[in-house]
Order: sequence, then structure tokens, then C-alpha cells
Amino acid sequence: MTNFDPETIHDVEGVPIHSVHRHDVVIVGAGLAGMRAAYEASSEFDVAVISKVFPTRSHSGAAQGGIAASLANEEEDHWEWHMFDTVKGSDYLGDQDAIEILVKEAPVVVREFEHMGCPFSRTPEGRIAQRMFGGHTKDFGKGGPVLRACYAVDRTGHVLLHTLYEQCVKNEVRFYPEFYALSLIVRDGVCRGIVAWDIINGGVHVFHAKAVMFGTGGYGKVFSITSNALANTGDGLSLVLRAGLPLEDMEFVQFHPTGLYKQGILVSEAVRGEGGYLINKDGERFMQRYAPEKMELAPRDLVSRSIQTEINEGRGCGEKGDHVYADLRHLGEEKIMKQLPQIHELAWKFMHVDCVREPIPIQPTAHYSMGGIPVDIDCQVLADGKKKPVTGFYAAGECACVSVHGGNRLGTNSLLEASLFGRRAGKSIVRFLRQTREFPELPPDAARDAIGEVKRMLSSDGTEKVGAIREELQEKMMTECGIFRDAKKLEKITGELRELEKRFENIGIDDRSDRFNYDLLEAIELGHMLDFAELIVAGALKREESRGAHSRTDFPKRDDDRWLKHTLAWKHGGKIDFDYKPVSITRFQPKERTY
Amino acid sequence: MAMITFRINRFNPDDERRGHYVQEYQLDVQKGTTLLDALNEIKWKQDGTLTFRRSCRSGICGSCAMTINGVNNLACETQVLRLGGSTITVEPMRGYPVVKDLVVSLDPLVRGILAVKPYLITHSAPPSDQERLQSPEERARLDGLYECILCGACTSSCPSFWADKEYLGPHAFLKAYRFIADSRDEGSAAHLEACDDRHGLWRCHTIFNCVEACPKDLNPTKAISELKKELVKRRLG
Repeated sequence: MTNFDPETIHDVEGVPIHSVHRHDVVIVGAGLAGMRAAYEASSEFDVAVISKVFPTRSHSGAAQGGIAASLANEEEDHWEWHMFDTVKGSDYLGDQDAIEILVKEAPVVVREFEHMGCPFSRTPEGRIAQRMFGGHTKDFGKGGPVLRACYAVDRTGHVLLHTLYEQCVKNEVRFYPEFYALSLIVRDGVCRGIVAWDIINGGVHVFHAKAVMFGTGGYGKVFSITSNALANTGDGLSLVLRAGLPLEDMEFVQFHPTGLYKQGILVSEAVRGEGGYLINKDGERFMQRYAPEKMELAPRDLVSRSIQTEINEGRGCGEKGDHVYADLRHLGEEKIMKQLPQIHELAWKFMHVDCVREPIPIQPTAHYSMGGIPVDIDCQVLADGKKKPVTGFYAAGECACVSVHGGNRLGTNSLLEASLFGRRAGKSIVRFLRQTREFPELPPDAARDAIGEVKRMLSSDGTEKVGAIREELQEKMMTECGIFRDAKKLEKITGELRELEKRFENIGIDDRSDRFNYDLLEAIELGHMLDFAELIVAGALKREESRGAHSRTDFPKRDDDRWLKHTLAWKHGGKIDFDYKPVSITRFQPKERTY
Repeated sequence: MAMITFRINRFNPDDERRGHYVQEYQLDVQKGTTLLDALNEIKWKQDGTLTFRRSCRSGICGSCAMTINGVNNLACETQVLRLGGSTITVEPMRGYPVVKDLVVSLDPLVRGILAVKPYLITHSAPPSDQERLQSPEERARLDGLYECILCGACTSSCPSFWADKEYLGPHAFLKAYRFIADSRDEGSAAHLEACDDRHGLWRCHTIFNCVEACPKDLNPTKAISELKKELVKRRLG
């Protein structure tokens, strides 16, 4: 524990002394990655977690299906099989050194959750129950689906998140709920803390730390249709960019085929698994034209592309022709209520659709960002994206790119990645702190930019509205940088983003008060989204191939000769600089990805 | 499509002179529109100062609990047209201090949770390379207890909490009983002791408001009865 000594607290310009906090470790984000790291490091050190929402409101809690681990509780399974599936699923862009760690440590991480009290579903023998999930197979893809996803009914993310919160409470982790990170303090290659906004009371705070970790999650909200929470605006990514650090593989965004129309909320894969049909406006089961054998059960990216093709070619449903139907009516009321009660409830509560009598309107939904903050296998953030770490700065989970998902993530590997690399980050931080006695010096102007940003937003009185600009950004990202991309659309949106950025300079917000001002927050968030959206688009334009979730109609094939490499991108002034780095390939050489 | 009037209780802490007041907004609402959609629409298109918590939009994060036509529910799970009527009243949840508009302080909620030692307590070490065993029947005892999303709807509706702000609240007792019911937990005495407090479970008078208020259909009153039974059993030896 750190001894509080007022004599050593540095003055930070513009920040009252009682708003300058010191902790050995400051973690931003209270999802699985952040809280798993906090749990780990809090056994020895003073850990603070700041989060824009109360910890149990983090979006990890929305995950339903499971967390992958080759426990072999239900049937034969091996980490090597899990590794092959993950490598293939990534379309060979995943780094195999990192993937090997992921699949080997997975059983340990899942069992630790059990030891913490997580209420997993159980087998008749009392072991953790496991179910099948898309892309997870036996015998290196040769043997059909395998029971690998450890689950708690359909609330797996919820139980993991709440269990971690409980354990962090037990370990006396200091939470700062509803604090919003404004900037990262990095000077001379050393991370020294963060600046944050107290949402409830208003006011800028400085968190001075020896180690900072980001577990800030994804950025689905940059798309109009997304399964992500309203809080998933990718703030952490842009804070890293603004600190002069790079982001990796930002062009890889996973679209899940079945989001509720307009809402984007996820309709589980179980809908297709239990025999539901996907139909277009003519009532045709259109999957017969795309995947005549597997039909609705083809892999996620293929089904998403098929649905989007139907919509693009005028066979979509509804007045706008912008969705298709998931039709369960032929399954009958009994089967629907027995096998798919959650889906029935979901369609009813969120769409007012009774799926026993009506088909469910669905459309592909932005679901997961494979790219993010480049880190090494010990979760240290890399200043050059390759080898050189930023001292005292770590990242894990969806915001990070280690990269275990490469071009496309398999279901149930995200809860695993967040927990497992959160744990590794915690362990790395502990090793670092054991050798680091002193706090790094806190520059007096550490909060200058953050204070400036808040002041500028609070006094903004332009004619443009945040909601309107954000809506345009989301629509354009969806249609021009979504499931199907080509040079023409990407060049168009590049110009449009610049226009939006210009308009953003002329915004005016309604709420000028300090306390609980989401109007202010949404304006700052929009600034972040505009910042990193440019990188998604630029990376997609550069990458002239189709790999995993990145699908270029003008370059429909994967091109290993030119593009078997990771994208690194920086923002310097208004300019984007690129670099690339090789993929770690150890056990599995790239092959064509067919299912 | 229908024009709906939303009567929303408002309060801005930076403008205390104005105090609490009601403001009306009109919005065209379609089939499928949830109350959260409507509130967002109002905030984004009509009045950026309107303030409420929200995040997942899918009923799992627990952010958007509020009092809708007098009843606590999640805004994201509430279909506007299913409420019936052309006017809908929206208020912050009762019993908690109001921070701003529909946002209430979570402090009482957190205090209750922290008080009951809300974590698995074990004394024996777990097996080193496998999970603790728990039969499906033992696991089934946790159903109806572990699904809580900490939205606070139950405690807000509880008259005992209205009368005693230190009352731990049904959400806290549900959490406590979730561990006592767990075959792996070895800390029943500690959880029970925490509930057996001046502001603890004896203040529950089985009014069942919490059961009615829970958007996840959980039953805190039953959990409280079980806790009372456990405590009485222990006292009688």
C-alpha cells in the first residue's frame, strides 16, 4: 500500500490538490479485462479502477454464449484443436505465439473463475458444462463441432462480470465509478497516469500512477447498427492515438448476421441452430443461393455478406427494403417456447414482435473490433507497434490487439481473451511494480489539454448538433465502410469524414452544467469516434484484399503475398502514417479458409 | 404511429432555485419503440439537457431503471405503445437521492451490497488443477438468485427502505442468500451476521413490492424469508 504523504503530491495546473489521486495502478475500464487485472494486482498493490459506468454495467456482461476452454469435461478436446480453430478463424492473421498462450492458459482461467464462485452450469458429474459454438471443431477441423464453450445458461458474461466485481470488492480494489478518462499522461516514453472527469459531481481529476492499464472495450457505436452498448464509443483507442501512439488492424470489424432490425441487439446464433429460416421479401430462403449445403448454418461472415447482398440487390423487406426476416413460425409454439424462450422474450420486449406468429426483422450488426492498441504477449503497450514498450502502460481485452483474433474472431474467444489477457496484464504489472519504487514525475501541465477540451465543449455555442453529426457518421460507416467495401466507397467516406470533422468544430451543446452532463460526454465521445473512424477507413482502403471480416468487392481474394501482415497506423497532425509488421506463424501455415 | 406526451420529472442540481419540476415532450412513436429509444430521441433531437443513465439497451446492464407510469422498470425493456394511453409519466426511482433528472444516487445500493460480504467465502483450498464439483441440483438452488443486474428497482419500491435509509435493501439480501445457497460457500455465518443488523432483514415486513418491481422476475422476499429461517435455526441451535 502507498503511504499518503501530502508533501510529495505534485501540483497540477488547474486541478485542486484534493482532485489529484495517487495509486500504484490505475485501470481504466471495469469490464472483464480491467477487473481481472485489478483482481490480480490488488493482492499486492494499491489498485484503482475508473469506469464511465458502474462496474457491473460494463458491456462484458451482455455476452451470452460462453467462454472457450478445452476442459474436455464433456468430450475429448485439446488445446491444439482450439489453437487450430482460432488460427483458421482469424483467416491466418492471428499471431500464433499469442494464440498458443490463449488456448493453453484457457482451462486455468476458467477454473479460477469457478474457484471465485462463478455459477457455471454443470454436467451430471458436477463439472463445468460445455456447449458447441460456431467454428470450434474436433481434430483440426476434420471432426465436426466440439463441446468447448463453458457457460452459465445464456448469461455467461453476466456471471463472469459479477463474480469479478465481488472478488474486487473482497480485495478492496478502489473503484471510481462514473469517472470518464479524458487523457493519458505519457511523457518521454513513460506513462504517468491519466486525467479524468468526475461525471456525478463534475470536475477534472488527475490519477497519478506507476502503472496504467486500459481495458476500455470496443467501438461498435461508430456504426449505425450495432450490438454494442451506448457506452462503447472507443474512447480508449483515441486517447492512445492522441498520446502519439499507434493502433493496429483497425480495419477488421466483425458484423454478426442476426441483429434485431434498427436496434442491432444480438439475436443469438441459436435461432439458426434450432432450424430458423432466413427469408427475403419474396419469402425465399435465400441462403440456398449462397451456401446450398449449410444454408442458414454457414459461418457468421458468410451469412452476414449474404444478407447484405439481398438488401443491396433490392430483395430486402419492409418499406425501406433494409432488412430480412428470421422466420421461426414453422417451428411451432411449443418448440419456440421450450428451446428459444430468450429469443421470444427479446423479440417481444425490444421489437414488440411475437415470433410464434410473426417473423423477426433482422439485419447484420457491428459486433466486435478485432484491432486495437498494439500490445506484446505480456500486455505492454508498444510505442512503435512492434517491440518498444511504453514504460508502465498496459492494455487488454477488446481495446487491445495482441492479436489473437486476426481478421475474424470466433464466438466465445472474446470473454476468454478479456479475462486471460486481463490476468496476464495484472501479473505483468505486479512484476513491474516489484521493481519500481518511485512514482514517475507528474508534469505540471499534465491536465492542460483535458481541461481545455472540457472548457471548449462546455462553452461551445455553434449551430451543429452532436446527435446529427454522430448519426451521419454512423450511417456512413455502416453503408460505406461496413460489410462490403471498395475503393470508391472508401474514398468517398474519407472526404465525408473530413467534412464531419469540420462541422464538429462548430457544435453547440445544450447542457452547460458540470454535474452529470451526458450532453458534454457525448460531445467528447463524438470527437473520439471521428478520430479513430478515419483509421478504420484508411486501413480498409490500404488493405487491397479480402480477409476475415474485411471484404473488398474490388479485391475479393485473400492475398498472402502482399497482405499477410498487421497494419499499424498513427495520426500526426491531420495525417495518417502507416507501418506494417509480420504475423507470428508457428504451428499452422496459411491455407485457404473454407468451411 | 402515435403522438405520445412524455411527462418527465426534472431536477438540475446546478439550478437548485428551480427545484423539481415536470416538463412535457411530444414524440411520434412507432411500434417497436422502447422508452429508452424515445428518451434518446428527445435528448438528441429536442433537448440535450434531459439526463438519464443508459448503456446496454438490452436489459442486462441495469442502468436505465426508472419509474414509468408509477411502476419501476427498465426503460430499454419497456415498449412505449404497450403502456397504453397517450401520456406517459417518467420519474426517477423513488427512495434514492436524485442526482439530476432521472439519475439517482447509487450509494444506498452499493452500501447495501458491500455490507453483506458479497463474495464466495471459502476456507478450504480449491483443487489445484480442476474445478470444485457442484451437482446440477446444487447449482439449481442458485437459479432465481444469481441473475440480479443491480438495477435497484426492488429497493426503490420498498417501504422499509423509505422509512429507514440505512436499510440494506432487498437487493443486498438476495445477494447474501445467493452465497448461502451455494454449496461451495463456507461463510454462511459471516453473510448471515451481516444481514442480522439493526438495519437488516428484520425490517422486511413481506410486503412483496420488491418482487413486483423486479424486471428480471426474481423474488427477493423469498430470499429474505430463507435468510430469516436460517437465522432462527441457528439461534435455536
